[in-house]
Amino acid sequence: MSVSKTFLALLESGASHGYDLKHEYDARFGTDRPVAYGQVYATLARLLKSGLVTVDAVEPGEGPDRKRYAITEAGVADVERWLASPEAPEPYLQNVLYTKVALALLSGRPAIDVLDTQRAEHLRVMRELTSRKATGDLVDQLICDHALFHLEADLRWLELTAARLDQLAAQVTR
Amino acid sequence: MSASQAARGATASGRPRDGNLISCTNLTKRFGSTAALDGASLDLAAGEVVAVMGPSGSGKSTLLHCAAGILVPDTGEVVFDAEQIGHMSDRRRSELRRTEFGFVFQFGRLVPELSCAENVSLPLRLSGVGRAEAARRADEWLQRLEVHEVGRSLPGEISGGQGQRVAVARALVTRPRVVFADEPTGALDSLNGERVMQLLTAAARDTAAAVVLVTHEPRVAAYADREVVVRDGKTRAS
Ligand SMILES: Nc1ncnc2c1ncn2[C@@H]1O[C@H](COP(=O)(O)OP(=O)(O)OP(=O)(O)O)[C@@H](O)[C@H]1O
Ligand SMILES: [Mg+2]
Repeated sequence: MSVSKTFLALLESGASHGYDLKHEYDARFGTDRPVAYGQVYATLARLLKSGLVTVDAVEPGEGPDRKRYAITEAGVADVERWLASPEAPEPYLQNVLYTKVALALLSGRPAIDVLDTQRAEHLRVMRELTSRKATGDLVDQLICDHALFHLEADLRWLELTAARLDQLAAQVTR
Repeated sequence: MSASQAARGATASGRPRDGNLISCTNLTKRFGSTAALDGASLDLAAGEVVAVMGPSGSGKSTLLHCAAGILVPDTGEVVFDAEQIGHMSDRRRSELRRTEFGFVFQFGRLVPELSCAENVSLPLRLSGVGRAEAARRADEWLQRLEVHEVGRSLPGEISGGQGQRVAVARALVTRPRVVFADEPTGALDSLNGERVMQLLTAAARDTAAAVVLVTHEPRVAAYADREVVVRDGKTRAS
């Protein structure tokens, strides 16, 4: 799961302090793995260094949370690229996919495109596995089948999500 | 649409317009107040296997029926081999379905009173092929689909998987240029479904037939060269 991409995408809806960003991340996507404070500030430092965010306000005083971060144009382009490119198909992707869909909905981008891009990539890999199965021996076939059934499960989730996108949008943007 | 799609100049059905055996462009079709198709496009190159996917009720079967000249769309055009299906007489359309197209449906739809071998030779007989020759070719196809042993049985006496193989044999026996298959594995378990798909795609490739394959099963769609998704009567290609 890419914490830095998710932070960037969350910053798109408005500048934020590290503390608030962490809480929004945990509430929306953290379910069983909240992000640690150390990682929050390290991530923001990295984003700052690569020019994807800037510090738009600094409050007086001590401590790491004096800075308020805002996304830059380069940052928006980076989010755009990330949402538009499919994840490498592997089992148990749903979390990253859910995050992408939710962030697309949050930012008013067409979430159906995220799902369609991923479906195409999954099917591409499934086609490869299917043709490998045709020439392989039984062991190859069973190994490919194992992967195929897992990828199919992902695809079912994608279709189910596509069918409930309006409902999800209402809930995510509430 | 992604930048790379835009750069390739892909159409809504995912490939360039020229050189297609079948071209369905911007089809709409209403049944009463239901818009079954609402701007659907589908292109098929000779010898190509295309999967049509999408949720139940999205318009997949309607699209297949329009592409095959079984239904006439309200608007949009269907071109087969440079000929507009919409401009054909009913007679020419049914001739086309008999000679150029083959069909496989979810539940075989074999003629229950005829033996499996007779079911497979029927399309040949209807096209004027002699009895002995038709029987010989039907036999060949039953063998190829690994169901030679059920030739003399009635459709009611064989399993669903065997029935689908007989149906595939019947669809291919006339050497059609396009096979339309609507959920051909929908009623089968995964092992049988896969075997039917292997046999269907191998036979289609050997005879250079194109296939339009409607399915909601990703593992079945993975036998195709590419997929088109129908949602709310509209196609999206990748
Ligand atoms: N002959 C008909 N008369 C009335 N409505 C129809 C007819 N054929 C289809 N429809 C309607 O058009 C819509 C699309 O139907 P279609 O059969 O093409 O869907 P499908 O994608 O093939 O669904 P499934 O996966 O369930 O087979 C549906 O709402 C269906 O009820
Ligand atoms: Mg249907």
